[in-house]
Amino acid sequence: MDWSPLWISLATSLTATAVTLLVGLAAAAWRENRSGAGAALIDGFFLLPLVLPPTVVGFFLLLLFGRNGPLGKLLLQFGATVVFSWPATVIAATVVAFPLMYLTARAALEQVDAHLLQAARTLGASEWRVFREVALPLAWPGVLAGTILSFARALGEFGATLMLAGNIPGRTETIPIAIYFAVEANEIQQALAWCALDVGISIALLGGLYYWTHAQRLRRERWGHR
Amino acid sequence: MRSGCDASVGDTADVTLEVQVEKKLADFALNVSFRAPAAPLSILGASGAGKTMLLRCIAGLEKPGRGRIALNDRVLFDSEQKIRTPARARRIALLFQNYALFPHRTVAENIAFGLYGLAPAEQAARIATLVARTHLTGLEKRYPRELSGGEQQRTALARALAIEPEALLLDEPLSALDTHLRAQVETELQDTFAAYRHPALLVTHNMEEAYRLSEQLLVLSRGRVAAFGAKGEIFRHPASVEVAQLTGCKNISRARAKADGTIEALDWDCRVRVAAKIGKAPKYIGIRAHHIDFLESAGDASAQENIFPCWVVRTSETPFRITLFLSLDQVHGEAGAHHLQAEVFKEKWQRFRERGFPWHLRLAPESLFLMDG
Repeated sequence: MDWSPLWISLATSLTATAVTLLVGLAAAAWRENRSGAGAALIDGFFLLPLVLPPTVVGFFLLLLFGRNGPLGKLLLQFGATVVFSWPATVIAATVVAFPLMYLTARAALEQVDAHLLQAARTLGASEWRVFREVALPLAWPGVLAGTILSFARALGEFGATLMLAGNIPGRTETIPIAIYFAVEANEIQQALAWCALDVGISIALLGGLYYWTHAQRLRRERWGHR
Repeated sequence: MRSGCDASVGDTADVTLEVQVEKKLADFALNVSFRAPAAPLSILGASGAGKTMLLRCIAGLEKPGRGRIALNDRVLFDSEQKIRTPARARRIALLFQNYALFPHRTVAENIAFGLYGLAPAEQAARIATLVARTHLTGLEKRYPRELSGGEQQRTALARALAIEPEALLLDEPLSALDTHLRAQVETELQDTFAAYRHPALLVTHNMEEAYRLSEQLLVLSRGRVAAFGAKGEIFRHPASVEVAQLTGCKNISRARAKADGTIEALDWDCRVRVAAKIGKAPKYIGIRAHHIDFLESAGDASAQENIFPCWVVRTSETPFRITLFLSLDQVHGEAGAHHLQAEVFKEKWQRFRERGFPWHLRLAPESLFLMDG
Protein backbone atom coordinates (compact mmCIF):
# COMPACT_ATOMS: atom_id res chain seq x y z
CA MET A 1 0.00 0.00 0.00
CA ASP A 2 1.17 3.51 -0.86
CA TRP A 3 1.22 5.57 2.35
CA SER A 4 1.96 8.88 0.64
CA PRO A 5 -1.60 10.30 1.07
CA LEU A 6 -1.18 10.00 4.86
CA TRP A 7 2.09 11.94 4.91
CA ILE A 8 0.80 14.52 2.44
CA SER A 9 -2.38 14.97 4.49
CA LEU A 10 -0.46 15.38 7.75
CA ALA A 11 2.12 17.75 6.27
CA THR A 12 -0.61 19.81 4.59
CA SER A 13 -2.83 19.96 7.68
CA LEU A 14 0.00 20.80 10.06
CA THR A 15 1.34 23.54 7.81
CA ALA A 16 -2.14 24.93 7.18
CA THR A 17 -2.93 24.87 10.92
CA ALA A 18 0.27 26.70 11.78
CA VAL A 19 -0.44 29.40 9.19
CA THR A 20 -4.08 29.61 10.28
CA LEU A 21 -3.11 29.95 13.94
CA LEU A 22 -0.80 32.89 13.26
CA VAL A 23 -2.99 34.67 10.73
CA GLY A 24 -6.23 33.90 12.60
CA LEU A 25 -4.84 35.19 15.91
CA ALA A 26 -3.45 38.31 14.25
CA ALA A 27 -6.79 38.97 12.54
CA ALA A 28 -8.73 38.37 15.76
CA ALA A 29 -6.43 40.65 17.76
CA TRP A 30 -6.65 43.31 15.07
CA ARG A 31 -10.43 43.07 15.03
CA GLU A 32 -10.76 43.29 18.83
CA ASN A 33 -10.30 47.04 19.10
CA ARG A 34 -12.38 47.88 16.10
CA SER A 35 -16.03 48.37 15.41
CA GLY A 36 -18.21 49.83 12.72
CA ALA A 37 -19.38 48.95 9.26
CA GLY A 38 -15.90 48.45 7.82
CA ALA A 39 -14.96 45.91 10.47
CA ALA A 40 -18.27 44.10 10.05
CA LEU A 41 -17.68 43.89 6.29
CA ILE A 42 -14.25 42.40 6.86
CA ASP A 43 -15.82 39.93 9.28
CA GLY A 44 -18.15 38.80 6.53
CA PHE A 45 -15.26 38.39 4.14
CA PHE A 46 -13.28 36.34 6.70
CA LEU A 47 -16.22 34.04 7.29
CA LEU A 48 -17.04 33.53 3.62
CA PRO A 49 -15.04 30.26 3.28
CA LEU A 50 -17.16 28.80 6.07
CA VAL A 51 -20.47 29.37 4.33
CA LEU A 52 -19.51 28.87 0.70
CA PRO A 53 -19.35 25.37 -0.77
CA PRO A 54 -15.67 24.29 -0.86
CA THR A 55 -15.85 23.86 -4.63
CA VAL A 56 -16.80 27.51 -4.96
CA VAL A 57 -13.91 28.51 -2.70
CA GLY A 58 -11.62 26.29 -4.77
CA PHE A 59 -12.85 27.84 -7.99
CA PHE A 60 -12.21 31.36 -6.68
CA LEU A 61 -8.74 30.30 -5.57
CA LEU A 62 -8.14 28.85 -9.04
CA LEU A 63 -9.12 32.17 -10.59
CA LEU A 64 -6.82 33.97 -8.16
CA PHE A 65 -3.80 31.71 -8.48
CA GLY A 66 -4.26 30.56 -12.11
CA ARG A 67 -1.99 31.68 -14.92
CA ASN A 68 -4.19 34.70 -15.63
CA GLY A 69 -5.11 35.40 -12.03
CA PRO A 70 -3.59 38.41 -10.23
CA LEU A 71 -1.65 36.33 -7.70
CA GLY A 72 -0.75 33.66 -10.26
CA LYS A 73 0.75 36.29 -12.55
CA LEU A 74 2.70 37.79 -9.67
CA LEU A 75 4.10 34.43 -8.64
CA LEU A 76 4.96 33.55 -12.22
CA GLN A 77 7.36 36.48 -12.29
CA PHE A 78 9.34 34.64 -9.64
CA GLY A 79 9.07 31.42 -11.64
CA ALA A 80 6.56 29.81 -9.32
CA THR A 81 3.29 28.15 -10.20
CA VAL A 82 0.98 27.22 -7.37
CA VAL A 83 -1.81 25.40 -9.15
CA PHE A 84 -1.49 21.59 -9.04
CA SER A 85 1.45 21.67 -6.62
CA TRP A 86 1.76 20.72 -2.94
CA PRO A 87 1.54 24.38 -1.75
CA ALA A 88 -1.89 24.46 -3.39
CA THR A 89 -3.14 21.86 -0.92
CA VAL A 90 -1.85 24.04 1.92
CA ILE A 91 -3.49 27.16 0.49
CA ALA A 92 -6.82 25.42 0.03
CA ALA A 93 -6.74 23.90 3.54
CA THR A 94 -5.66 27.20 5.12
CA VAL A 95 -8.40 29.26 3.50
CA VAL A 96 -11.08 26.76 4.45
CA ALA A 97 -9.85 26.35 8.06
CA PHE A 98 -9.24 30.05 8.67
CA PRO A 99 -12.82 31.07 9.64
CA LEU A 100 -12.93 28.47 12.41
CA MET A 101 -9.69 29.75 13.91
CA TYR A 102 -10.77 33.36 13.54
CA LEU A 103 -14.15 32.81 15.17
CA THR A 104 -12.87 30.84 18.16
CA ALA A 105 -9.88 33.12 18.73
CA ARG A 106 -12.12 36.16 18.65
CA ALA A 107 -14.60 34.64 21.08
CA ALA A 108 -11.76 33.65 23.40
CA LEU A 109 -10.14 37.10 23.29
CA GLU A 110 -13.46 38.85 23.81
CA GLN A 111 -13.99 36.90 27.01
CA VAL A 112 -10.87 38.30 28.62
CA ASP A 113 -11.87 40.97 31.16
CA ALA A 114 -11.07 44.36 29.59
CA HIS A 115 -10.03 45.69 33.00
CA LEU A 116 -7.08 43.28 33.01
CA LEU A 117 -5.82 44.68 29.71
CA GLN A 118 -6.28 48.22 30.97
CA ALA A 119 -4.50 47.43 34.23
CA ALA A 120 -1.59 46.05 32.20
CA ARG A 121 -1.45 49.27 30.18
CA THR A 122 -1.36 51.50 33.26
CA LEU A 123 1.49 49.32 34.54
CA GLY A 124 3.57 50.36 31.57
CA ALA A 125 3.07 47.43 29.20
CA SER A 126 3.23 47.91 25.43
CA GLU A 127 0.29 46.64 23.36
CA TRP A 128 2.38 43.65 22.27
CA ARG A 129 3.13 42.77 25.89
CA VAL A 130 -0.51 43.22 26.85
CA PHE A 131 -1.43 40.73 24.13
CA ARG A 132 1.35 38.25 24.80
CA GLU A 133 1.33 38.25 28.60
CA VAL A 134 -2.29 38.94 29.48
CA ALA A 135 -4.75 38.47 26.61
CA LEU A 136 -3.19 35.40 25.02
CA PRO A 137 -2.54 33.32 28.17
CA LEU A 138 -6.10 33.94 29.34
CA ALA A 139 -7.58 33.23 25.91
CA TRP A 140 -5.25 30.29 25.25
CA PRO A 141 -7.68 27.44 26.03
CA GLY A 142 -10.13 28.82 23.48
CA VAL A 143 -7.37 29.47 20.98
CA LEU A 144 -6.13 25.91 21.34
CA ALA A 145 -9.62 24.51 20.83
CA GLY A 146 -9.77 26.61 17.67
CA THR A 147 -6.43 25.18 16.56
CA ILE A 148 -7.67 21.61 16.93
CA LEU A 149 -10.87 22.42 15.05
CA SER A 150 -8.83 24.04 12.28
CA PHE A 151 -6.58 21.00 12.05
CA ALA A 152 -9.60 18.72 11.76
CA ARG A 153 -11.10 20.92 9.06
CA ALA A 154 -7.82 21.06 7.15
CA LEU A 155 -7.47 17.28 7.35
CA GLY A 156 -10.93 16.77 5.88
CA GLU A 157 -10.61 19.32 3.11
CA PHE A 158 -11.64 17.92 -0.27
CA GLY A 159 -13.48 20.21 -2.66
CA ALA A 160 -11.24 23.25 -2.72
CA THR A 161 -8.12 21.06 -2.71
CA LEU A 162 -9.29 19.10 -5.73
CA MET A 163 -10.07 22.31 -7.62
CA LEU A 164 -6.75 23.99 -6.86
CA ALA A 165 -4.32 21.10 -6.41
CA GLY A 166 -5.86 18.33 -8.41
CA ASN A 167 -5.05 14.70 -7.78
CA ILE A 168 -1.38 14.03 -8.35
CA PRO A 169 -0.38 10.85 -6.49
CA GLY A 170 2.65 11.44 -4.28
CA ARG A 171 2.31 15.22 -4.52
CA THR A 172 -1.20 16.51 -4.01
CA GLU A 173 -3.16 13.37 -3.23
CA THR A 174 -4.42 13.75 0.34
CA ILE A 175 -6.46 11.11 2.20
CA PRO A 176 -9.92 12.45 1.28
CA ILE A 177 -8.89 12.61 -2.38
CA ALA A 178 -7.39 9.14 -2.22
CA ILE A 179 -10.68 7.85 -0.81
CA TYR A 180 -12.70 9.48 -3.56
CA PHE A 181 -10.57 8.09 -6.34
CA ALA A 182 -10.36 4.65 -4.70
CA VAL A 183 -14.15 4.47 -4.61
CA GLU A 184 -14.36 5.70 -8.19
CA ALA A 185 -11.93 2.96 -9.27
CA ASN A 186 -13.97 0.45 -7.29
CA GLU A 187 -11.06 -0.29 -4.90
CA ILE A 188 -13.34 -0.67 -1.91
CA GLN A 189 -10.71 -2.26 0.37
CA GLN A 190 -8.36 0.65 -0.23
CA ALA A 191 -11.12 3.18 0.44
CA LEU A 192 -12.12 1.40 3.63
CA ALA A 193 -8.53 1.39 4.90
CA TRP A 194 -8.21 5.16 4.39
CA CYS A 195 -11.59 5.73 6.00
CA ALA A 196 -10.55 3.70 9.04
CA LEU A 197 -7.38 5.75 9.32
CA ASP A 198 -9.36 9.00 9.08
CA VAL A 199 -11.75 7.84 11.79
CA GLY A 200 -8.76 6.99 13.99
CA ILE A 201 -7.19 10.41 13.56
CA SER A 202 -10.52 12.13 14.22
CA ILE A 203 -11.10 10.18 17.43
CA ALA A 204 -7.59 11.04 18.61
CA LEU A 205 -8.27 14.71 17.89
CA LEU A 206 -11.59 14.71 19.74
CA GLY A 207 -9.91 12.93 22.65
CA GLY A 208 -7.22 15.60 22.68
CA LEU A 209 -9.85 18.33 22.61
CA TYR A 210 -11.78 16.72 25.45
CA TYR A 211 -8.65 16.23 27.51
CA TRP A 212 -7.64 19.80 26.91
CA THR A 213 -10.98 21.37 27.84
CA HIS A 214 -10.97 19.26 30.98
CA ALA A 215 -7.47 20.37 31.94
CA GLN A 216 -8.47 23.92 31.14
CA ARG A 217 -11.47 23.71 33.46
CA LEU A 218 -9.19 22.56 36.27
CA ARG A 219 -6.81 25.39 35.59
CA ARG A 220 -9.58 27.95 35.43
CA GLU A 221 -10.81 26.79 38.78
CA ARG A 222 -7.39 27.54 40.17
CA TRP A 223 -7.31 30.95 38.52
CA GLY A 224 -10.89 31.58 39.41
CA HIS A 225 -11.35 33.17 36.04
CA ARG A 226 -14.92 33.63 34.95
CA MET B 1 -12.87 77.34 50.35
CA ARG B 2 -13.85 78.05 46.79
CA SER B 3 -16.43 76.07 45.00
CA GLY B 4 -17.67 75.83 41.49
CA CYS B 5 -15.95 74.72 38.38
CA ASP B 6 -12.46 76.00 38.95
CA ALA B 7 -10.97 75.33 42.32
CA SER B 8 -7.59 75.00 43.87
CA VAL B 9 -6.20 74.08 47.22
CA GLY B 10 -3.04 75.23 48.88
CA ASP B 11 -0.09 77.00 47.43
CA THR B 12 0.33 76.65 43.68
CA ALA B 13 4.02 75.89 44.22
CA ASP B 14 3.30 72.40 45.51
CA VAL B 15 0.57 71.65 43.01
CA THR B 16 1.47 68.48 41.18
CA LEU B 17 -1.59 67.16 39.37
CA GLU B 18 -3.56 69.52 37.22
CA VAL B 19 -6.80 68.22 35.79
CA GLN B 20 -9.16 69.91 33.41
CA VAL B 21 -11.48 67.49 31.74
CA GLU B 22 -14.57 67.85 29.60
CA LYS B 23 -16.27 64.76 28.33
CA LYS B 24 -19.81 63.97 27.21
CA LEU B 25 -21.34 61.05 29.08
CA ALA B 26 -24.63 59.28 28.49
CA ASP B 27 -26.91 61.67 30.42
CA PHE B 28 -24.68 64.57 31.45
CA ALA B 29 -21.29 66.06 30.70
CA LEU B 30 -18.23 65.61 32.84
CA ASN B 31 -16.74 69.06 33.31
CA VAL B 32 -14.16 69.11 36.04
CA SER B 33 -11.19 71.26 36.77
CA PHE B 34 -8.98 71.10 39.82
CA ARG B 35 -5.39 70.99 41.01
CA ALA B 36 -4.34 68.33 43.45
CA PRO B 37 -1.35 68.74 45.74
CA ALA B 38 0.99 65.90 46.67
CA ALA B 39 -1.41 64.49 49.25
CA PRO B 40 -4.47 62.27 49.42
CA LEU B 41 -7.62 63.79 47.98
CA SER B 42 -10.99 62.13 48.40
CA ILE B 43 -13.45 62.50 45.57
CA LEU B 44 -16.93 62.09 46.97
CA GLY B 45 -19.95 61.63 44.79
CA ALA B 46 -23.11 59.59 44.34
CA SER B 47 -23.03 56.58 42.02
CA GLY B 48 -22.95 57.73 38.43
CA ALA B 49 -21.57 61.19 39.25
CA GLY B 50 -18.67 60.58 36.84
CA LYS B 51 -16.03 59.67 39.43
CA THR B 52 -14.76 56.53 37.74
CA MET B 53 -14.76 58.21 34.32
CA LEU B 54 -12.68 61.05 35.77
CA LEU B 55 -10.06 58.58 37.06
CA ARG B 56 -10.03 56.74 33.73
CA CYS B 57 -9.41 60.00 31.88
CA ILE B 58 -6.49 60.83 34.17
CA ALA B 59 -5.03 57.33 33.81
CA GLY B 60 -5.26 57.57 30.02
CA LEU B 61 -7.84 54.84 29.51
CA GLU B 62 -10.46 57.26 28.21
CA LYS B 63 -10.04 60.24 25.97
CA PRO B 64 -11.60 63.47 27.24
CA GLY B 65 -13.43 65.55 24.66
CA ARG B 66 -11.45 68.61 25.69
CA GLY B 67 -9.08 69.65 28.41
CA ARG B 68 -5.63 69.38 29.81
CA ILE B 69 -3.99 66.99 32.24
CA ALA B 70 -0.54 67.66 33.61
CA LEU B 71 1.46 65.80 36.21
CA ASN B 72 4.46 67.62 37.69
CA ASP B 73 6.22 68.98 34.60
CA ARG B 74 4.72 66.56 32.12
CA VAL B 75 1.72 67.41 29.99
CA LEU B 76 -0.17 64.12 29.61
CA PHE B 77 -3.11 65.42 27.68
CA ASP B 78 -3.82 68.64 25.91
CA SER B 79 -6.65 68.79 23.41
CA GLU B 80 -5.40 72.03 21.90
CA GLN B 81 -1.80 70.98 21.47
CA LYS B 82 -2.95 67.50 20.44
CA ILE B 83 -0.91 65.84 23.15
CA ARG B 84 -2.10 62.48 24.41
CA THR B 85 0.38 60.36 26.32
CA PRO B 86 -0.67 56.70 26.25
CA ALA B 87 -1.61 55.06 29.55
CA ARG B 88 1.57 52.97 29.61
CA ALA B 89 3.80 56.07 29.64
CA ARG B 90 1.89 58.13 32.20
CA ARG B 91 3.30 56.54 35.34
CA ILE B 92 -0.09 56.81 36.96
CA ALA B 93 -1.27 53.72 38.81
CA LEU B 94 -4.97 52.96 38.87
CA LEU B 95 -6.39 50.63 41.47
CA PHE B 96 -9.52 49.14 39.93
CA GLN B 97 -12.67 48.61 41.93
CA ASN B 98 -12.48 44.85 41.35
CA TYR B 99 -8.65 44.99 41.63
CA ALA B 100 -8.14 43.51 38.12
CA LEU B 101 -5.45 41.11 39.30
CA PHE B 102 -4.07 38.83 36.59
CA PRO B 103 -5.67 35.47 37.44
CA HIS B 104 -2.93 33.45 35.70
CA ARG B 105 -0.13 35.05 37.69
CA THR B 106 0.81 34.54 41.30
CA VAL B 107 1.02 37.38 43.79
CA ALA B 108 4.74 37.82 43.10
CA GLU B 109 4.18 37.64 39.33
CA ASN B 110 1.39 40.19 39.55
CA ILE B 111 3.66 42.59 41.41
CA ALA B 112 6.49 41.87 38.95
CA PHE B 113 4.36 42.86 35.96
CA GLY B 114 5.29 46.52 36.23
CA LEU B 115 8.97 45.74 36.89
CA TYR B 116 9.52 44.54 33.33
CA GLY B 117 13.01 45.15 32.04
CA LEU B 118 14.72 45.24 35.41
CA ALA B 119 17.47 42.75 36.21
CA PRO B 120 16.09 39.63 37.96
CA ALA B 121 17.96 40.38 41.19
CA GLU B 122 16.64 43.93 41.25
CA GLN B 123 13.11 42.66 40.55
CA ALA B 124 13.31 40.13 43.37
CA ALA B 125 14.53 42.78 45.80
CA ARG B 126 11.74 45.18 44.86
CA ILE B 127 9.10 42.47 45.12
CA ALA B 128 10.40 41.48 48.55
CA THR B 129 10.19 45.09 49.75
CA LEU B 130 6.66 45.54 48.43
CA VAL B 131 5.49 42.20 49.80
CA ALA B 132 6.78 43.13 53.24
CA ARG B 133 5.28 46.59 53.06
CA THR B 134 1.83 45.32 52.12
CA HIS B 135 1.91 42.41 54.60
CA LEU B 136 1.79 39.73 51.94
CA THR B 137 4.70 37.68 53.21
CA GLY B 138 4.14 33.96 52.65
CA LEU B 139 1.50 34.53 49.96
CA GLU B 140 3.92 35.19 47.07
CA LYS B 141 3.16 31.93 45.28
CA ARG B 142 -0.62 32.07 45.67
CA TYR B 143 -2.97 32.85 42.82
CA PRO B 144 -5.42 35.74 43.25
CA ARG B 145 -8.30 33.28 43.54
CA GLU B 146 -6.65 31.82 46.64
CA LEU B 147 -6.54 35.17 48.46
CA SER B 148 -9.07 36.87 50.70
CA GLY B 149 -10.59 40.17 49.60
CA GLY B 150 -8.19 42.14 51.76
CA GLU B 151 -5.18 40.24 50.44
CA GLN B 152 -6.32 40.81 46.86
CA GLN B 153 -6.63 44.50 47.59
CA ARG B 154 -3.12 44.61 49.05
CA THR B 155 -1.72 42.70 46.07
CA ALA B 156 -3.31 45.22 43.72
CA LEU B 157 -1.84 48.03 45.79
CA ALA B 158 1.64 46.45 45.79
CA ARG B 159 1.42 45.93 42.03
CA ALA B 160 0.41 49.57 41.57
CA LEU B 161 3.20 50.88 43.81
CA ALA B 162 5.78 48.71 42.02
CA ILE B 163 5.92 51.11 39.07
CA GLU B 164 6.72 53.96 41.50
CA PRO B 165 3.81 55.96 40.14
CA GLU B 166 3.83 59.72 40.24
CA ALA B 167 0.14 59.64 41.06
CA LEU B 168 -2.10 56.98 42.55
CA LEU B 169 -5.76 56.64 41.63
CA LEU B 170 -8.03 54.46 43.73
CA ASP B 171 -11.52 53.59 42.52
CA GLU B 172 -13.75 52.70 45.48
CA PRO B 173 -10.95 50.70 47.10
CA LEU B 174 -13.06 49.47 50.00
CA SER B 175 -16.40 48.85 48.36
CA ALA B 176 -15.69 45.22 47.40
CA LEU B 177 -14.74 44.27 50.95
CA ASP B 178 -16.80 42.81 53.75
CA THR B 179 -17.63 45.25 56.54
CA HIS B 180 -15.29 43.65 59.07
CA LEU B 181 -12.35 43.97 56.66
CA ARG B 182 -12.98 47.56 55.75
CA ALA B 183 -11.68 49.18 58.91
CA GLN B 184 -8.48 47.15 58.69
CA VAL B 185 -7.85 47.86 55.01
CA GLU B 186 -8.67 51.49 55.60
CA THR B 187 -5.95 51.69 58.24
CA GLU B 188 -3.52 50.07 55.81
CA LEU B 189 -4.47 52.62 53.18
CA GLN B 190 -3.80 55.41 55.64
CA ASP B 191 -0.31 53.99 56.23
CA THR B 192 0.26 53.81 52.49
CA PHE B 193 -0.86 57.39 52.02
CA ALA B 194 1.37 58.57 54.85
CA ALA B 195 4.41 57.14 53.05
CA TYR B 196 3.33 58.23 49.59
CA ARG B 197 4.46 61.72 48.69
CA HIS B 198 2.50 62.19 45.50
CA PRO B 199 -1.09 62.98 44.61
CA ALA B 200 -3.44 60.16 45.56
CA LEU B 201 -7.03 60.47 44.35
CA LEU B 202 -9.49 58.29 46.16
CA VAL B 203 -12.95 57.92 44.70
CA THR B 204 -15.76 56.94 47.05
CA HIS B 205 -19.47 57.36 47.64
CA ASN B 206 -19.01 56.88 51.38
CA MET B 207 -18.69 60.24 53.13
CA GLU B 208 -17.16 58.75 56.29
CA GLU B 209 -14.46 57.01 54.26
CA ALA B 210 -13.80 60.22 52.36
CA TYR B 211 -13.54 62.15 55.61
CA ARG B 212 -11.19 59.72 57.33
CA LEU B 213 -8.80 59.16 54.43
CA SER B 214 -7.89 62.68 53.40
CA GLU B 215 -7.68 66.26 54.54
CA GLN B 216 -8.87 67.60 51.22
CA LEU B 217 -12.20 66.78 49.73
CA LEU B 218 -13.68 67.19 46.28
CA VAL B 219 -17.41 66.71 45.93
CA LEU B 220 -18.55 65.67 42.47
CA SER B 221 -22.15 65.98 41.43
CA ARG B 222 -23.42 65.07 37.98
CA GLY B 223 -20.00 65.63 36.44
CA ARG B 224 -19.26 68.96 38.13
CA VAL B 225 -17.21 70.04 41.11
CA ALA B 226 -19.80 70.92 43.74
CA ALA B 227 -17.22 71.65 46.44
CA PHE B 228 -13.48 71.47 46.84
CA GLY B 229 -11.40 72.28 49.88
CA ALA B 230 -10.63 71.38 53.47
CA LYS B 231 -12.95 68.59 54.59
CA GLY B 232 -13.88 70.17 57.94
CA GLU B 233 -15.06 73.32 56.24
CA ILE B 234 -17.11 71.42 53.67
CA PHE B 235 -18.82 69.33 56.33
CA ARG B 236 -19.47 72.35 58.59
CA HIS B 237 -20.69 74.72 55.92
CA PRO B 238 -21.83 72.88 52.81
CA ALA B 239 -22.10 75.40 50.02
CA SER B 240 -25.13 73.84 48.37
CA VAL B 241 -27.97 71.41 48.95
CA GLU B 242 -26.20 68.70 46.92
CA VAL B 243 -23.06 69.00 48.99
CA ALA B 244 -25.11 68.95 52.19
CA GLN B 245 -26.88 65.78 51.06
CA LEU B 246 -23.70 64.06 49.88
CA THR B 247 -22.02 64.83 53.18
CA GLY B 248 -24.93 63.19 54.99
CA CYS B 249 -27.06 66.14 56.09
CA LYS B 250 -30.60 64.93 56.80
CA ASN B 251 -32.34 68.23 57.58
CA ILE B 252 -32.64 70.70 54.76
CA SER B 253 -35.41 73.25 54.44
CA ARG B 254 -36.25 76.04 52.07
CA ALA B 255 -35.44 79.31 53.80
CA ARG B 256 -36.41 82.97 53.65
CA ALA B 257 -34.55 85.81 55.36
CA LYS B 258 -36.79 88.03 57.46
CA ALA B 259 -36.41 91.76 58.14
CA ASP B 260 -35.73 91.17 61.84
CA GLY B 261 -32.60 89.12 61.07
CA THR B 262 -34.23 85.75 61.63
CA ILE B 263 -34.63 83.02 59.02
CA GLU B 264 -37.93 81.43 58.26
CA ALA B 265 -37.49 77.70 57.62
CA LEU B 266 -40.47 76.99 55.36
CA ASP B 267 -40.30 73.19 55.53
CA TRP B 268 -39.88 73.12 59.28
CA ASP B 269 -42.62 75.67 59.99
CA CYS B 270 -40.43 77.74 62.30
CA ARG B 271 -38.26 80.81 62.56
CA VAL B 272 -34.69 80.59 63.72
CA ARG B 273 -31.74 82.79 64.47
CA VAL B 274 -28.40 81.78 62.95
CA ALA B 275 -24.88 82.57 64.11
CA ALA B 276 -23.46 82.96 60.61
CA LYS B 277 -23.78 86.25 58.78
CA ILE B 278 -26.71 86.21 56.41
CA GLY B 279 -25.45 86.97 52.95
CA LYS B 280 -27.50 87.67 49.84
CA ALA B 281 -30.86 86.00 50.20
CA PRO B 282 -30.15 82.41 51.26
CA LYS B 283 -32.38 79.79 49.67
CA TYR B 284 -31.91 76.86 52.04
CA ILE B 285 -31.07 76.15 55.65
CA GLY B 286 -29.71 72.95 57.12
CA ILE B 287 -28.71 71.26 60.34
CA ARG B 288 -27.13 67.85 60.87
CA ALA B 289 -29.18 65.23 62.70
CA HIS B 290 -26.68 64.83 65.54
CA HIS B 291 -26.54 68.57 66.14
CA ILE B 292 -30.11 68.77 67.36
CA ASP B 293 -30.14 69.19 71.15
CA PHE B 294 -32.86 68.21 73.59
CA LEU B 295 -33.39 70.22 76.77
CA GLU B 296 -33.25 68.27 79.99
CA SER B 297 -36.14 70.30 81.46
CA ALA B 298 -38.76 72.58 79.98
CA GLY B 299 -37.72 75.27 82.48
CA ASP B 300 -34.60 76.03 80.45
CA ALA B 301 -36.76 76.91 77.50
CA SER B 302 -37.30 80.59 78.11
CA ALA B 303 -33.60 81.31 78.58
CA GLN B 304 -32.42 80.51 75.06
CA GLU B 305 -33.33 81.03 71.45
CA ASN B 306 -34.33 78.55 68.74
CA ILE B 307 -36.18 76.32 71.18
CA PHE B 308 -39.23 74.49 69.94
CA PRO B 309 -41.63 71.93 71.39
CA CYS B 310 -41.53 68.65 69.50
CA TRP B 311 -43.29 65.29 69.20
CA VAL B 312 -41.64 62.02 68.13
CA VAL B 313 -43.44 60.65 65.09
CA ARG B 314 -41.28 57.61 64.36
CA THR B 315 -37.95 56.08 65.34
CA SER B 316 -35.36 54.03 63.51
CA GLU B 317 -32.68 52.12 65.39
CA THR B 318 -29.09 51.25 64.59
CA PRO B 319 -27.01 49.27 67.12
CA PHE B 320 -25.82 52.27 69.12
CA ARG B 321 -27.82 55.21 67.93
CA ILE B 322 -31.39 56.02 67.26
CA THR B 323 -32.89 58.31 64.68
CA LEU B 324 -35.92 60.28 65.85
CA PHE B 325 -38.34 61.71 63.32
CA LEU B 326 -39.71 64.83 64.94
CA SER B 327 -42.65 67.07 64.36
CA LEU B 328 -42.72 70.62 65.73
CA ASP B 329 -46.50 70.61 65.67
CA GLN B 330 -48.69 68.08 67.47
CA VAL B 331 -51.41 67.84 64.80
CA HIS B 332 -48.86 67.60 62.01
CA GLY B 333 -47.08 64.86 63.97
CA GLU B 334 -50.22 62.88 64.59
CA ALA B 335 -50.78 62.83 60.86
CA GLY B 336 -47.43 60.99 60.62
CA ALA B 337 -45.43 63.81 59.03
CA HIS B 338 -42.10 64.94 60.43
CA HIS B 339 -40.12 68.15 60.18
CA LEU B 340 -36.69 67.12 61.43
CA GLN B 341 -34.49 64.09 62.00
CA ALA B 342 -32.37 63.92 65.11
CA GLU B 343 -29.78 61.32 65.93
CA VAL B 344 -28.97 60.50 69.56
CA PHE B 345 -27.11 57.79 71.42
CA LYS B 346 -29.30 55.07 72.88
CA GLU B 347 -28.36 56.03 76.45
CA LYS B 348 -29.91 59.43 75.98
CA TRP B 349 -32.95 57.92 74.32
CA GLN B 350 -33.38 55.61 77.34
CA ARG B 351 -33.48 58.62 79.64
CA PHE B 352 -35.92 60.57 77.50
CA ARG B 353 -38.31 57.94 76.26
CA GLU B 354 -40.50 57.81 79.37
CA ARG B 355 -41.12 61.55 79.39
CA GLY B 356 -44.36 63.03 78.23
CA PHE B 357 -44.59 65.12 75.11
CA PRO B 358 -43.84 67.73 74.06
CA TRP B 359 -40.10 67.60 74.48
CA HIS B 360 -38.09 70.69 73.76
CA LEU B 361 -35.41 70.75 71.12
CA ARG B 362 -32.86 73.39 70.38
CA LEU B 363 -31.42 74.26 66.98
CA ALA B 364 -28.16 75.86 68.08
CA PRO B 365 -27.52 78.99 65.95
CA GLU B 366 -23.90 77.94 65.37
CA SER B 367 -25.00 74.51 64.04
CA LEU B 368 -27.38 75.93 61.47
CA PHE B 369 -25.97 76.70 58.05
CA LEU B 370 -27.35 78.56 55.08
CA MET B 371 -27.06 77.57 51.45
CA ASP B 372 -27.47 79.56 48.26
CA GLY B 373 -28.64 76.76 46.01
